[in-house]
Amino acid sequence: MNDMRIAERNVDTNESKISARKVQVYYGTNHALKDVDVDILDKTVTAFIGPSGCGKSTFLRCLNRMNDTVASARVEGTITLDGENIYDAKVDPVQLRAKVGMVFQKPNPFPKSIYDNIAYGPKIHGLTRSKSELDGIVETSLKKAALWNEVKDRLDSPGTGLSGGQQQRLCIARAIATQPEVLLMDEPCSALDPIATAQVEELIDELRSQFSVVIVTHSMQQAARVSQRTAFFHLGNLVEYGETGQIFTNPKDPRTESYITGRIG
Amino acid sequence: MTDISAAPASGSHRGSLLVQDELTRKRNAAETRFRLYGIVAISIAMLALAALLISIFSAGMPAFRQTFVTIPIELPADKLDKSGTRDSAVMAKVTTVGYAKVINEALAAALAAKGISTDGMTEKQIAGLLSPEAPAQLRNYVLANPAVVGTSLPEFELLANGRVDGFFKGRVTMESAKLDSNITPEQLQVAQKMTDAGLMGKRFNWAFITAPDASDQRPEAAGLGVAILGSLYMMIVVLVLSLPIGVAAAVYLEEFAVKNFWTDLIEVNIANLAAVPSIVFGILGLAVFINFAGLPQSAPIVGGLVLTLMTLPRIIIPARAALKAVPPSIRDAALGVGASKVQSVFHHVLPLAAPGILTGMIIGLAQALGETAPLLLIGMVAFVRDYPGGLPGGLFDPATALPVQVYSWTTRGDPGFVERASGAIIVLLVFLLIMNAVAIVLRRRFERRW
Ligand SMILES: Nc1ncnc2c1ncn2[C@@H]1O[C@H](COP(=O)(O)OP(=O)(O)O)[C@@H](O)[C@H]1O
Ligand SMILES: [Mg+2]
Repeated sequence: MNDMRIAERNVDTNESKISARKVQVYYGTNHALKDVDVDILDKTVTAFIGPSGCGKSTFLRCLNRMNDTVASARVEGTITLDGENIYDAKVDPVQLRAKVGMVFQKPNPFPKSIYDNIAYGPKIHGLTRSKSELDGIVETSLKKAALWNEVKDRLDSPGTGLSGGQQQRLCIARAIATQPEVLLMDEPCSALDPIATAQVEELIDELRSQFSVVIVTHSMQQAARVSQRTAFFHLGNLVEYGETGQIFTNPKDPRTESYITGRIG
Repeated sequence: MTDISAAPASGSHRGSLLVQDELTRKRNAAETRFRLYGIVAISIAMLALAALLISIFSAGMPAFRQTFVTIPIELPADKLDKSGTRDSAVMAKVTTVGYAKVINEALAAALAAKGISTDGMTEKQIAGLLSPEAPAQLRNYVLANPAVVGTSLPEFELLANGRVDGFFKGRVTMESAKLDSNITPEQLQVAQKMTDAGLMGKRFNWAFITAPDASDQRPEAAGLGVAILGSLYMMIVVLVLSLPIGVAAAVYLEEFAVKNFWTDLIEVNIANLAAVPSIVFGILGLAVFINFAGLPQSAPIVGGLVLTLMTLPRIIIPARAALKAVPPSIRDAALGVGASKVQSVFHHVLPLAAPGILTGMIIGLAQALGETAPLLLIGMVAFVRDYPGGLPGGLFDPATALPVQVYSWTTRGDPGFVERASGAIIVLLVFLLIMNAVAIVLRRRFERRW
């Protein structure tokens, strides 16, 4: 616990970007998520922590309706993005996912060139009108993802040929190229070595100036390092949600305290 | 093979590493035995394959070489074109009987010129050195080139009789000729002399691949032209129909369909259809396409439709397997950047599954190419001498198919057809090999999975 450098805790804004109310998720008969109420702030890094299988990924995937692709999943309750219910029948999940980007646990670049990996999103959303504009997006996205210097000479080489850490940053660049408003990350560093992890964490902190970032992590140190707000999940319940510093130094719920002191998990 | 439950002898782990203990010896023995079984099994398979190939090639290769008689032929205008107009419609009135006379005279003259005596042989026996097809060969040539009438052809190649051809290929001997009503030893002696004099010889026979089938008495003239065209037309029908339908069905079932009772039922039935004996599809084709829909018999379109029905499940199953093998993370990645389901399938999943889909497709096509039974039922075993027309109309003309041609040749009486059937099998095998090679190349090409 000693290496937890609880970083600056200035939450720049108190504007809520996403609000979840009474969210329930069932996988068949398995009630995986119970009564979750959360307000995720704009331009803030929010961490979801909790033991394995407690529903962190499930809730994260509710936020961009990736759970729609799981046949057995059923979501109840309301989740609003800028006040609009994303589970409204009129909402097209494809449009939603352009606004709420996602980075997955395992780096999953397309088996295409680095350039095409980044350019794919802007292309299908019609964000650019010319090749040079597209080149610009590719460059800025790679720069934001701190990958530009490493790959600028080989944009045509396959994205799958990069190292694990580079691949994950490529996936982050791909996600931000579509200019989302929220970036969801599901354990983005679990397949990375400590150096790559540090790079990605630094990146997340920079991204905060433009997006609202939600990161799932099983590492409490990571949550402490990168997030301003932390939500602790346990057995499908949202146990505690608040300022990261408060959660780690002064948890209100005994379960949270047990978890962060290493007694459950 | 390995007996995991066998309790280790007590203290066996304590022994020297330099001495194999009982259990290790047993395991090693089992491993050696298992390798031996594998080698034996593979040897049996290879031997069977070698025996098959040797028997087919030794029987079939001679079909690609044919004995021809090369003689100068006078084409008298008074016999072949009485009108003198060189109008092929008028000239067509002269039948092969008229040309036979011209040929007989030319042959007699050529034999006399080389000093080959035909004493004691009837005129019929001399003519019998040539194929009954020879007059038709000359007639077709003259009708195609009316200007040659009235001139003399210095060297014209005529098919030798099948028995004579067989003599030079070792199928017919002097002894067998004595018992054979179709040929006499004297004829064979003359044939031998003609060969020595340079009037007769074997050469590569393109007509075996390009010519149409010939009647029972003329194996030497029979070719695979109509059968190859028929098979080609059917493969085009199968490809054009089963690739889009098969891929669409596989993509829908694998990527879009909800899992419920009905899709389960469809899945089970596709698997069952792949196992249905092919002749059943022939009966279906006869009932539906010919009797009900009124399509013509013996037509490549019907054959192609029947083979499409047969091939579809055999394409859908490997296509689904190929789609299933695409890692789900790719789908997540595409959906994650806001691609629609269709975009994720067509931009990412399908290209990755393409090598598998294409391989399945080509293996399905190869099976269809070799399929015989259903085609027999829809009349493709007919005797067809006219080439089907060009596409697409030719799809409705009568034709045969390669495997059916093999079948019908093996049922004929003249021993010359045994060689033809084996030769046809070689052609079929070559086509199959080409298709498999294409499958391998395509797989290599698309499988740059980075
Ligand atoms: N696709 C799925 N189908 C069925 N059950 C699932 C699926 N995904 C997750 N679950 C279940 O939901 C619960 C929460 O899982 P998850 O959200 O992945 O946990 P976490 O990410 O916190 O480790 C677990 O009990 C898990 O078994
Ligand atoms: Mg998870």
